[in-house]
Amino acid sequence: MSNNKIINWFKYASPQSFYPVAGRMIPWFWGLAAIFFVVGLYISFFVAPTDFQQGEGYRIIFIHVPAAWMSMFIYLVMAFWAGLGLALNTRLSSMMAQALAPTGAIMAFLSLWTGAWWGKPMWGAWWVWDARLTSALILFFLYIGFIALQAAIDDARRADKAGAILALVGVVNVPIIYFSVKWWNTLHQGASVSLTKAPSMATTMLWGMLIMALAFWMYSIAVALTRVRAIILEREAHTEWVKELPEVKQ
Amino acid sequence: MNAVMAIIRRDLLLAMRRKSEVLTALFFFIIVVSLFPLGIGPETALLRKIAPGILWVAALLATMLGLARLFAPDHADGTLEQMVLAPAPLGLLVTGKIIAHWITTGLPLVLLAPVLGIQFDLDTGALGILVVALLLGTPLLSLIGAIGAALTLGLRGGGVLLSLLVLPLYVPALIFGAGAVEAHISGLGAGGHLSLLAALLALAVFFAPWATTAALRIALE
Repeated sequence: MSNNKIINWFKYASPQSFYPVAGRMIPWFWGLAAIFFVVGLYISFFVAPTDFQQGEGYRIIFIHVPAAWMSMFIYLVMAFWAGLGLALNTRLSSMMAQALAPTGAIMAFLSLWTGAWWGKPMWGAWWVWDARLTSALILFFLYIGFIALQAAIDDARRADKAGAILALVGVVNVPIIYFSVKWWNTLHQGASVSLTKAPSMATTMLWGMLIMALAFWMYSIAVALTRVRAIILEREAHTEWVKELPEVKQ
Repeated sequence: MNAVMAIIRRDLLLAMRRKSEVLTALFFFIIVVSLFPLGIGPETALLRKIAPGILWVAALLATMLGLARLFAPDHADGTLEQMVLAPAPLGLLVTGKIIAHWITTGLPLVLLAPVLGIQFDLDTGALGILVVALLLGTPLLSLIGAIGAALTLGLRGGGVLLSLLVLPLYVPALIFGAGAVEAHISGLGAGGHLSLLAALLALAVFFAPWATTAALRIALE
């Protein structure tokens, strides 16, 4: 009996069996994302109180902070899948890494862009060479490098492996870059504006932010799964099972 | 060890036969450094302040120039495949190639930097720190760059792609390298920066040849 309860995870490591599973999961993640977005945005705009220091402008953090979190988190997940693909030689893992990269890059860009919108009214500048901003910018460059490298290699398997090495080198470097930029910043400017010293947040604000983070998370999964399905179709186009798919036959 | 020495000797010999490649990178370094005062203006106080950063950024760019040719000629004439098949571990041979790359592109920059530093009115102490920082930092640049060179081996648009991959990874070296000189000038002492730079170098000496080897094997598959 107990054997029946164990899910054979390796079964889903094959693109053929993962493709329909992903297709069934996508609507759920889209649904969850929509619910969390509606609830999160409602809290952010109507429930969360106006900040007495920052006024209404602070509400951009409900987009900004989740995007920044996701940009870092997705890089780790991407490197994990890429590393797994390199170690176990599973094609699907590398496809997952490839599918996550554009979403991560968009999140990094979104966090930079909304950060600039927030910074202008709060700090009086679109951009300051703060440690967080600078390391977010470099993270964005790392994403672009990963995408560019994979796009430049025609052979899909070589692209997977080369991208995996780059992602792993990047993962080792991200903390080094973060701390080096942090120390560089403290040496250069001394007193800079710091988010960590901000007054503790009201509970509703924190809830709004967490729910928005969940919304971003669900959205990222839904988009990544949609993209990985497209990648599977593209790469497995020569196989029989893809040719037999009803959506391909049409 | 003999294999490493043989690779270094071979690469240096090849570099001596094609001196123009080495000299081009060197003159690129000199020209880039000389362009900044022309763009910014001849105020000595300002130039002294920005000198470490300019010298370091120019060093990063000059190192980039030679990187694309680190493995490409060997890849083109099949030497690289012979290296993979050779009885000596590929990691050691790659280390030898990286050392040779540093001797031909990094070391000349280190030797030339104090002369250019004088143009920016750096004092003797700052020049000394600059040389030490570059001495620790340029091997780091060669080591990290080798990973990028191996990853982009034989790709179209490899050169531009290489800079896109490698330059973000150079940020810590730039920060601590230029920071060491600035910390010395501002009286804070350069010890901390130099120690961190040395720590990064130790880390890269261990990991970079390994990652480069893996990338080369993928490129040659």
